[in-house]
Amino acid sequence: MSKSFKDIKETNTWKELTEGCNIYEGATSKYFNTGEWRVDTPIFIEEKCKQCLLCIPVCPDSSIPVKDMKRLDFDYDHCKGCGICVKVCPFGAIEMKKGEN
Amino acid sequence: MANAVEIRWHGRGGQGAKTASLLLADVAFNTGKFVQGFPEYGPERMGAPITAYNRISDEKIRVHSNIYEPDFVVVVDETLLDSVDVTKGLKKEGAIVINTSQPKEDIIKKLNGYEGKVFTIDARKVSMEALGKYFPNSPMLASIVKVTGIMDEETFLNEMEGSFKHKFASKPEVIEGNMKALRLALQEVK
Amino acid sequence: MSIRERLSGNEAVAVAMRQINPDVMPAFPITPSTEIPQYFSAFVANGQVDTAFVPVESEHSAMSAAIGAEAAGARTLTATSSCGLALMWEELYVAASDRLPIALALVNRALSGPININCDHSDAMGARDAGWIQIFSESNQEAYDNFVQAYRIAEHKDVRLPIMICQDGFITSHAVENIELIEDDKVKAFVGEYCPENYLLNDNGTMAVGPYAIPAYYMETKRAQLEALKNAKKVALEVAEEFEKISGRKYGLFETYKTEDADYIMIIMGSAAGTGKEAVDELRAEGKKVGLLKIRLFRPFPSEEIANAIKHVKYIACMDRTESFNGHSGPIGNDVRTALYNAKADCEVINYVYGIGGRDVTVESLKSVYEALMEIEKTGDVGERYHYLSLRD
Repeated sequence: MSKSFKDIKETNTWKELTEGCNIYEGATSKYFNTGEWRVDTPIFIEEKCKQCLLCIPVCPDSSIPVKDMKRLDFDYDHCKGCGICVKVCPFGAIEMKKGEN
Repeated sequence: MANAVEIRWHGRGGQGAKTASLLLADVAFNTGKFVQGFPEYGPERMGAPITAYNRISDEKIRVHSNIYEPDFVVVVDETLLDSVDVTKGLKKEGAIVINTSQPKEDIIKKLNGYEGKVFTIDARKVSMEALGKYFPNSPMLASIVKVTGIMDEETFLNEMEGSFKHKFASKPEVIEGNMKALRLALQEVK
Repeated sequence: MSIRERLSGNEAVAVAMRQINPDVMPAFPITPSTEIPQYFSAFVANGQVDTAFVPVESEHSAMSAAIGAEAAGARTLTATSSCGLALMWEELYVAASDRLPIALALVNRALSGPININCDHSDAMGARDAGWIQIFSESNQEAYDNFVQAYRIAEHKDVRLPIMICQDGFITSHAVENIELIEDDKVKAFVGEYCPENYLLNDNGTMAVGPYAIPAYYMETKRAQLEALKNAKKVALEVAEEFEKISGRKYGLFETYKTEDADYIMIIMGSAAGTGKEAVDELRAEGKKVGLLKIRLFRPFPSEEIANAIKHVKYIACMDRTESFNGHSGPIGNDVRTALYNAKADCEVINYVYGIGGRDVTVESLKSVYEALMEIEKTGDVGERYHYLSLRD
């Protein structure tokens, strides 16, 4: 039985799985690129953004990075394109584009 | 359970028949016996008829059933005689002990023709005299010990004094009264 | 030297818990197990243990809190009965699949309805597929001894599963009987410290407990869980051997009583087993070749071992203190028949429902079961294979 989550695979036999499928690492979700699931894509229009940061807490996938109290462009590896950020932005600084970017 | 003495207690919820059966188990345990003390449980309330049991033996007790053919029966409340068949299954070689102030001849008439020995004690009188309050527990316990002869009186009194000292460590003033109730009851039960 | 005492079954289990001094006890009261957390909370208040006692608002919460505490790395226990165990139902499965060695003192009581507070095994039987180790006790002594052994089985690295130590409600839980206690320091040394390899509050490694398992993983996870449960048989025997050294009392997966040359055997579990032994002795005195097998470890079921012990016997009565409502047998009846079928044994097995909802089980009533087996042999007529014992008919 390997203890690394990277060794947990669908080819494992029952003897190779961890106890109760427990995972002996933290924050492993970053290794799963849920961005692949995206149908429509939010686009960040930096010049319209007032850095109010209302979009940050509503993002269900923590896909809007923040640095020095300012939001950066989307983390497209994990953004699923739900569009909540577009709805919440008071300044039209995020637009939804059809299709995967 | 050929080698065990089996005792059935009849009382009313709140009178302490269960406690008395546990005390009897305690005192027999202290003299080296194997014991069982257990009440029959149901949705009992204050005043409702309750039954409790004892098995006392020199050998390990394995049986876990109620007792249907007791060697002895204790009736803590004589008003039960009108509603409960207290001598049911009671062995005629055994005996029944009843808490009552009435003459024995009158009480015997209420026992459905029971052929064995009948003992009575006025536990209220004993308790009032010794404790100034009505606690039938101690007098009934002393009575059944005397009637069954499961231990001699001196051993019984010594054991009880020890356990009262433990139980009433915070109110030693009640120990003497309870001991008096036991001693009186040993004389009064007839 | 052991300590000669007289305690009720509930007091005895509470003493074992005090000696173990667990880290956490979440509990919610229910008759007839209420006294266990009641006595234990007195130990907490008196400073005799340093357990965190968590008074929760339901049994659902009690088991949820137990899961959280155990996953965090704390040795955790609780107690319940009847509907309380039923309210824990979904958490019981989670505790087992998350491989959390929680100990639960189950004081067996009938499940409603009709509402009833007295003994039967329907509560434990409802949980028999949950993946817990289930051990049944005949007396206050066995309830105590089994609880002292519980964590050694549950926490073993080859097992790591929750464990339920069962005793019969009121019959042993509230009856004061003689008992031999083991000294505190000996119990403490026997049980040992709880040192899980992985736990949530571990400074040296993060972990996630209880992740979602998609169909590609679920079956393999369950199969691995089964293996751990099966390992509990071997571990229970090893622990029993060590326990014998400190107590002088011998335990196995089950106990056989005068079965070697027996033609008629009763298979039974819990407090009625002692009453059954008395019935055996009375019939043996009449020259009847009767015996008794008492199941101690019910989950995992010692199938091959029981089959080996009884396959020579022609007539067997399986005693179930529950009704399964399948119309033909109870849980012990099912498991024993499967064991015998797999062993290609040629035994006649009849099955009784007995003692449910507190119906008293007497020496006489159990003797009548043996007499029924003898009657089958005499007449060659098995008749019905599923009966109710001591039923007004």
